[in-house]
Amino acid sequence: MKFRVERDALAEAVAWTAKSLPNRPPVPVLAGVLLRVADGHLTVSGFDYEVSSQVRVLVNAESDGVTLVSGRLLAEITKALPAKPVDVAAVGSHLELTCGSARFTLPTMPVEDYPTLPEMPPTAGQIDAAAFAAAVAQVAIAAGRDDTLPMMTGVRLEFEGETLTMLTTDRFRLALRELTWSPAEPGASFQALVPARTLADTAKTLGPLGGNVTIALAADGVGEGMIGFAGEGRRATSRLLDGDYPKLRSLFPDAYNAQARVKASSLVEVVKRVALVAERSTPVRLSFSEDGLVVEAGGTEDARASEALECEYSGEAMTIAFNHQFLLDGLSVLDGPVAVLSFTNPMKPAVLSASAEDGNSDADAKAAYRYLLMPIRLNS
Amino acid sequence: MSRQPVPRERDARFGPGADDAGCPILHVDMDAFYASVELRRRPELRGRPVIVGGLGPRGVVSAASYEARTFGVRSAMPMARARRACPQGVYLPPDFTEYSAVSKLVMAMFRDVTPLVEQLSVDEAFLDVSGAVRLFGSPGAIAQRLRARVAGELGLTCSVGVAQNKFLAKLASTRAKPDGLLIVPRALMLDFLHPLPVGALWGVGERTAEVLRRLGLTLVRDVANAPPASLRSALGEAAGRHVHELSWGRDERRVTTRAAEKSIGAETTFDVDVTDPDQLRRALLGLAQQSTRRLRSAALTGRTVALKVRYDDFTTVSRSRTLAVATDVTREVFETVWGLYETLRATQGARPVRLIGVRIESLVEAAGTPRQLTLGEPEHGWREADQAADAVTARFGSAAIRPASLLRPREDPGTAASSA
Repeated sequence: MKFRVERDALAEAVAWTAKSLPNRPPVPVLAGVLLRVADGHLTVSGFDYEVSSQVRVLVNAESDGVTLVSGRLLAEITKALPAKPVDVAAVGSHLELTCGSARFTLPTMPVEDYPTLPEMPPTAGQIDAAAFAAAVAQVAIAAGRDDTLPMMTGVRLEFEGETLTMLTTDRFRLALRELTWSPAEPGASFQALVPARTLADTAKTLGPLGGNVTIALAADGVGEGMIGFAGEGRRATSRLLDGDYPKLRSLFPDAYNAQARVKASSLVEVVKRVALVAERSTPVRLSFSEDGLVVEAGGTEDARASEALECEYSGEAMTIAFNHQFLLDGLSVLDGPVAVLSFTNPMKPAVLSASAEDGNSDADAKAAYRYLLMPIRLNS
Repeated sequence: MSRQPVPRERDARFGPGADDAGCPILHVDMDAFYASVELRRRPELRGRPVIVGGLGPRGVVSAASYEARTFGVRSAMPMARARRACPQGVYLPPDFTEYSAVSKLVMAMFRDVTPLVEQLSVDEAFLDVSGAVRLFGSPGAIAQRLRARVAGELGLTCSVGVAQNKFLAKLASTRAKPDGLLIVPRALMLDFLHPLPVGALWGVGERTAEVLRRLGLTLVRDVANAPPASLRSALGEAAGRHVHELSWGRDERRVTTRAAEKSIGAETTFDVDVTDPDQLRRALLGLAQQSTRRLRSAALTGRTVALKVRYDDFTTVSRSRTLAVATDVTREVFETVWGLYETLRATQGARPVRLIGVRIESLVEAAGTPRQLTLGEPEHGWREADQAADAVTARFGSAAIRPASLLRPREDPGTAASSA
């Protein structure tokens, strides 16, 4: 195996596949990335039995072949190389890598011990790559990180005709995003629970490539329990999570007693500033009235902060408290300049959505992105 | 300590029947601790004056039994002087290993009442029983029960002061000695405090007392009625304010356990090593219930839940998890430790378990702690169920209510007949 490749193309390909490699692999070969050259292309693959990723890069191939080297080491090396063409060659039990005057020799691992990557499941449909990436980023923030509740570390994907709904929750907040996609069969209806970290990494890498992302999901048979995503020269598969995902939509209140409209970027700034005096998991308090919004944090004995900002508010004056990080998470992914906060009462979940500068409330209720946030009860 | 003219524990206004509402602080002081421990293992010495201390030429009295005290022997007195005052006394060298072992037993009894135990020394502690009142009755009743238990199980007597704060509780126990109980009802607090000499005020030693005496202040009442400014100029800014606050019975110090004791837990050693996951599961549920009940009675919540497992070969492993939100809910603690155990089991295999334990750490007070609500949380959830169960336990004992899986199986001949 011998080929020449652009440094950036190699570095990106290796970085992405190496990212999904296990930190402590159950068998040493799983710490490797597989390099295969055929048909003038280099294919870089990584697999840990749960997630697989594969990138195809156009190379100047002198001879075909396949080899397996440490993914982490190769990723670090390629990242540090000068911006020059890289020559790669398998020589005996080593991989030689030359770039400019830099020269590396890496030991290889036995290719025959490396597991076969799973086949992509059958194609279920397609979606715009950029829209897909934006939507995943909006919901990934609310996914749980606690492995004791594995179900909540996933993003629930609900495909219903041409609508794809993404849902995440960690019991304290819930993110919901609806967008359109093109199913391979009209009227298709199915669900999948995908590990949030994998989905976020995949979407982040596929989004900027543009074009469409193919979503591959088997109803049953080949590739059951697995989902695949493929974009420009890249594909990833992931094991699905099990579990009866809770019925989340019903948690959105049917009606609201109060609604606030405030410039999202201003609220982010204010909350960040005021939260400087709030310790981890201590609340920021938002007091809404006709006069506007006052954001406060801190206790009677501790450091305190407060700041007022303009806010359009309809409803009875009220104070509601939130975990400031949860609030910022939601505000930071809104896709419009105005944050709309809808309330029933200070003990009930608040709904955050975005609207345009001149948007009206009717549209907000059907916003594509809604973030439901449980408040903090101040004196229990 | 100078003797009080009035033996106050005989004053019915401050006796065991006094109003103890709003008096959650207990000061428990073991009577002549070292001497009593010696008498406990050498009952033949009872009734004789026993003096414990260094027996060398420079020895000092560590403790004197009440019989010895009638001869004028006091702690911290040079041993030579004690021997002159009481030549017929029994003089013993101190055995600190024994005292510390007995002290641990005593402190454990205190902690059965409340985790808020501030141990001051080997034989003295403050207890805050605010959280235990629902479980064990009023502070006065708790004090009486504690005294009875210490006497019954250890053969030792102690004196307890019950009051609204640490300063008054400690004063009260001193005046209850020996083997007494003194309650300082809130309404009678000043009646109790003001007739005392200024030396009763915490921090007022001989020197300060002398300064106050020169100002014509001999009783606490005099200090209370003196202009605060003159106290400050005589004693200094901080000490003047401090003495004035105390003279009105004001003391804001809280009962604080040491930082190292900022956790609550329970563990159990099996009679026979256990591999059956169901049995381990039930054990963990029981331990989670025990520890959260203590947590709730202390009005605390904890964020970190830890599991301890000792296998049959005595290797011990601990695993812990920090929750997003502090909890005192049995079910949450149980589900967390069970998750920890299952993870452990996946790596360690089903090895026979000798001991298993649950511990809750990173404790914070439950009251006033903001609580992150969870989605879909019912208004009356597990937390309220726990509180209801605690109330039943407080009235009928811990056998009255427990999770269904902890009920004894029917085939057990001892309990099969009765159904709850």
